[in-house]
Amino acid sequence: MTERAFTVVRAGALTTVQDRGRAGYAHLGVPRSGALDPYAAALANRLVGNDDGAAVLETTLTGCAVRPRCAVAVAVGGAPCPVAVDGRPAAWGAAVRVPAGAVLDVGTAGRGLRSYVAFAGGVAAEAVLGSRSTDLLSGLGPAPLVDGAVLALGAPPSGRAHFEAAPWPGVPDELVLRVRWGPRADWFADGALRTLTSRPYRVSAASNRIGLRVQGPPLERARAGELPSEGMVLGAVQVPPDGLPVVFLADHPTTGGYPVVAVVHEPDLAAAAQARPGTPVRFVGAGGGAR
Amino acid sequence: MRALEVGERALLLEFRDGEETGAFHAELLRRRAAGALPAVRDVVPAARTVLLDGVADPRRLAAEMAAWEVPPPRWRAQPVVELPVRYDGPDLAEVAGVWGVAPREVPRIHAGAEYRVAFCGFAPGFGYLTGLPERYAVPRRSTPRTAVPAGSVGLAGPYTGVYPRSSPGGWQLVGTTDALLWDPAREPAALLAPGTRVRFVEGAG
Repeated sequence: MTERAFTVVRAGALTTVQDRGRAGYAHLGVPRSGALDPYAAALANRLVGNDDGAAVLETTLTGCAVRPRCAVAVAVGGAPCPVAVDGRPAAWGAAVRVPAGAVLDVGTAGRGLRSYVAFAGGVAAEAVLGSRSTDLLSGLGPAPLVDGAVLALGAPPSGRAHFEAAPWPGVPDELVLRVRWGPRADWFADGALRTLTSRPYRVSAASNRIGLRVQGPPLERARAGELPSEGMVLGAVQVPPDGLPVVFLADHPTTGGYPVVAVVHEPDLAAAAQARPGTPVRFVGAGGGAR
Repeated sequence: MRALEVGERALLLEFRDGEETGAFHAELLRRRAAGALPAVRDVVPAARTVLLDGVADPRRLAAEMAAWEVPPPRWRAQPVVELPVRYDGPDLAEVAGVWGVAPREVPRIHAGAEYRVAFCGFAPGFGYLTGLPERYAVPRRSTPRTAVPAGSVGLAGPYTGVYPRSSPGGWQLVGTTDALLWDPAREPAALLAPGTRVRFVEGAG
């Protein structure tokens, strides 16, 4: 078969199709979605000559394996992991030629959590509201990969790759998230604000594409009562009644009813996407709105 | 109006009540359509706030908006979306009890009000509709249902909502509509967007 497509041989723990997401529909209740580590997704795309926003596969810890029906250039980036073509080791962080019918295996990440697999031409899943991203909160976009699924590939890019290998910033041993105080910081006790930026937290295993949950000292509210639902931004640090902060990631709900104590500097969220459960987290004041 | 900074690129505008929120939201949309608003990626109204996200200079915009004259909204000028409803929901009797009326009175009261989408959320295409007089507010169910069928018309607090697809939910269900609330292949995808006027029409569904 000569068609431009690949078969999913091993879907892995959670592999989704992601691009830059669907911004501008929050008022309809549609999350932004998109690659959690957008820098890694863009780098992988550049290695195969794609535009930064072409759709890639985002794996979670255990990678995935696919069998393209056509010869295709592929690059794996993000969380470092072993890469193999028909069982033979291949380069990570560089373009790899996968012959038609060969199996590309993206192994378990040695560090970090989410690897990105870019195919020359991109994954050509059906776009919904201008994006091919899987949105786990509302179910928009292609379903998460399952074994045996067949996904189409786009036409190969006419231009050459922008560069041959990509430097990868790596995964820090500690996740440092710069924050500014949020719109509802006054709902919390002064001591709670100090707690957030001075005490250690750890990434909780309950984290997902919707939010990075952390464990550590709970934040004490200064004000009781309910907050009427209000719009939520990417990076909002929402605090439910248990006092444990949740950092909103790409698939977060567009409105929410828990007070937002702080907002994470958006570029820091890519590192949050790579932090495994147990990773130490420090919230640090970024100046500006922080007090 | 109070403007609160949300990170580096967003503003949360807070108002006294839903009425003032709706009026300001309508003014924001009017100015955006007229090209008289700086680029904003998202305008997200909610119960008593409007979030502006993706703003280059939030502080400057907040200062500008403080000087705006916001006219009373002209809802009557908006087109009305009619939703045909069968009032056959499993919580009809319970809602009638809370309202202190006979169950057969519920459709008359509910379909007699005129609604407006105050905001969306929960799921794509789910609108929070206001318009039912305050005395008809109902509590959420103490135990949410694990699956509410698509098209269910529910009540919670002062709001009416229609489930665009089957999902868990704790609203009191009074009826069913066959209207397609959400269709990504349609333009626009959502039948109900913030500001849309809505009327429920009994029986035709």
